[in-house]
Amino acid sequence: MSKFRNIASIIALLPMIIISLTVFIGCIIYSFIYSLTNSKLIPVTNFVGFDQYDRLFKQRKWDVAVENIFIYGFVFTIGCLIIGFLLAVLIDQKIRGESLFRTIFLYPYAMSFVVTGLVWKWVLNPTFGLENSMHMWGFSWFQLDWLVNRDLAIYAVCIAAVWQGAGFVMVLMLAGLRGIDEDIWKSLSIEGVAKWKSYVFVILPMLRPMVVTAIVLIAAGVVKVYDLILALTSGGPGYATTTPAMYVMENFFQRANLGQAFAASIIMFISVVCILAPWAFYEFYLRNKYATN
Amino acid sequence: MKKIFSILLTIFVPLSFTNVSKAGSHMEAEVIHWWTSGGEQAAISQFAEAWQEMGNTWIDTAITGGDNARGTTVNRIIGGNPPTAAQFNISKQFVDLVEQGLLQSLEEVASAEGWRDFIYPPELIETCEFEGEFYCVPVNIHSWQWMWINNDVYKQVGLPVPQTFEEFLAGAPKIQEAGIIPLALGGQTWQESGMFGVVSSSILGFPHMQKIFRDKDVDTLRDGRFEDVLNTYRELNAFTDEGSPGRLWNDTTAMVIEGKAAMQVMGDWARGEFAVAGKEAMVDYSCVIPGKEKYVALGGDVFVFPKNDDPKVKEVQLAMASMMVNPTVQAKFNNAKGSLPMRLDVDTSAADACMQMGLDLIQNPDAIMRESDDWNTPAFTNAWDDIISEFRNDPNYTVAQVMDDLEGVLTSGL
Repeated sequence: MSKFRNIASIIALLPMIIISLTVFIGCIIYSFIYSLTNSKLIPVTNFVGFDQYDRLFKQRKWDVAVENIFIYGFVFTIGCLIIGFLLAVLIDQKIRGESLFRTIFLYPYAMSFVVTGLVWKWVLNPTFGLENSMHMWGFSWFQLDWLVNRDLAIYAVCIAAVWQGAGFVMVLMLAGLRGIDEDIWKSLSIEGVAKWKSYVFVILPMLRPMVVTAIVLIAAGVVKVYDLILALTSGGPGYATTTPAMYVMENFFQRANLGQAFAASIIMFISVVCILAPWAFYEFYLRNKYATN
Repeated sequence: MKKIFSILLTIFVPLSFTNVSKAGSHMEAEVIHWWTSGGEQAAISQFAEAWQEMGNTWIDTAITGGDNARGTTVNRIIGGNPPTAAQFNISKQFVDLVEQGLLQSLEEVASAEGWRDFIYPPELIETCEFEGEFYCVPVNIHSWQWMWINNDVYKQVGLPVPQTFEEFLAGAPKIQEAGIIPLALGGQTWQESGMFGVVSSSILGFPHMQKIFRDKDVDTLRDGRFEDVLNTYRELNAFTDEGSPGRLWNDTTAMVIEGKAAMQVMGDWARGEFAVAGKEAMVDYSCVIPGKEKYVALGGDVFVFPKNDDPKVKEVQLAMASMMVNPTVQAKFNNAKGSLPMRLDVDTSAADACMQMGLDLIQNPDAIMRESDDWNTPAFTNAWDDIISEFRNDPNYTVAQVMDDLEGVLTSGL
């Protein structure tokens, strides 16, 4: 009986459900079908089996792209969480000029990734950026060549991304911190618990919903990262900072290699599903089940 | 009430205007191209002016970046809203469009005007001809095969201007000691692979290159000479600066113009930058085609004319194609662009010393070189270029590994 209780809301959701099914599922099926063809500039139905996938996995560039997305995802997520949480805690100390600092820290988030990319491109450029300024001020030992060093360039991308994203996490966390009951702080201080201990062991677990929200929002940005890297390094030096999304876009629009682009995007889709499915299963199904029991 | 009226007005006024313009007898053409820099704008406006002098309307759709412009063209063709004309390179980029029957055949005007008799070199006809019919109009020839050298730098260190890569490498340490960057190279894949192409053709020669890129002959690739190319390329890269990654080609040319760097390998479009800076060919700067055998490559641009449901558009397209090959228009266009014309009977009296060198060379059929993208799809050339770019940037990528990977691309059937 309970299934039909929400009939009105189901009807209201119907257009969205139909659009999702036709547009999203439809496009995924379309992509998969054409990933089995040797389409070049325009889609053709000349089927070649799994050749495109075979070719994809033999590409050194694809390996680099996959490795990069893991490095980026890990550093960006952890970096944003740690720095965002620290900033939130610092601002939570009832400091003077709180709203000013909050604005400053959140400002980068209001920028587009392209702007962030260009700003950091200039800052990190060894010939006219920070390194050059330091040299002119007499610190000739100073070296900051991350952007042009193929092993470190992906971390330079991470710095720019964390700079942009940390403020957003800070705001989320701060909202959570402000929601903590004053009585908890009182009892903690009566017990004589050190401040950092109360934050890490008591308050942080209470912020779980905030942390989950932050991780979901950040992770969604990780998979589709494209504009930041395009503006900051264009995937260089060589293709040291390329990502799967860039690989797909490149094959779609520049290289006139549609079949390969479709194959790469299907692999991206499958890996996202593989990572998200267990988590979504837990978060939306198992937890509810236990909660209702 | 007033608001409703203004909404109606915004809807109907443009509609009525379109009706008027369609009723007119003159021809209207929309052209997609990627010529957006100063010199390039000057060149395309030669076409636009000639077209307007014929009493027609030119709708200019300039899109920055060849990739973006070509992507837009293809999307609009597939979406059913094709432009009248669109720019592509002299290459295999538009073969799919021809094979799918999406381009207008220009055979009517081509045979009537005798294009096959005057288009030079004849290789350009091959690019545009499919099953005996013309599908594109070549408008200019650009060659990659140039070293651009700042003469003052060489005077300052007391060395003669190098004529080959070996001579350049011999003098490079001395330039470095003088605090000047010997080789200016923008670290973008197309610039890195472009320079690699020049190094390979200057060392191997065109017949050898043809065996590799046209015939896909693995034995030729593996005969030991290609390793020389890779080694020379790696030696050259030791003389670039650390600001190289991601630098634009014209910023890189500016380094040579200002004397911060001694030499850049770049196509002949770089000449425009020297001209804008007020530098004189062979006095302030030298242009050198490196190698014992000198070649001029057949790069450049073509225009294609997508098929349209409206039969009147075909008439417009044929008229525009005919205008583009007109010798007077060709002279104006190529003088502005700094490129070589696609026919020999064009007035090139305004050519500078560098352009004259190209003009002399192209009259010798043996000096005409074709590039990988004349025979191969973008997928192939890009896969090849990726390896070259990675070879430049990753010192741990050994010559032996590169050779294996290049052979992989050659035999991939891309």
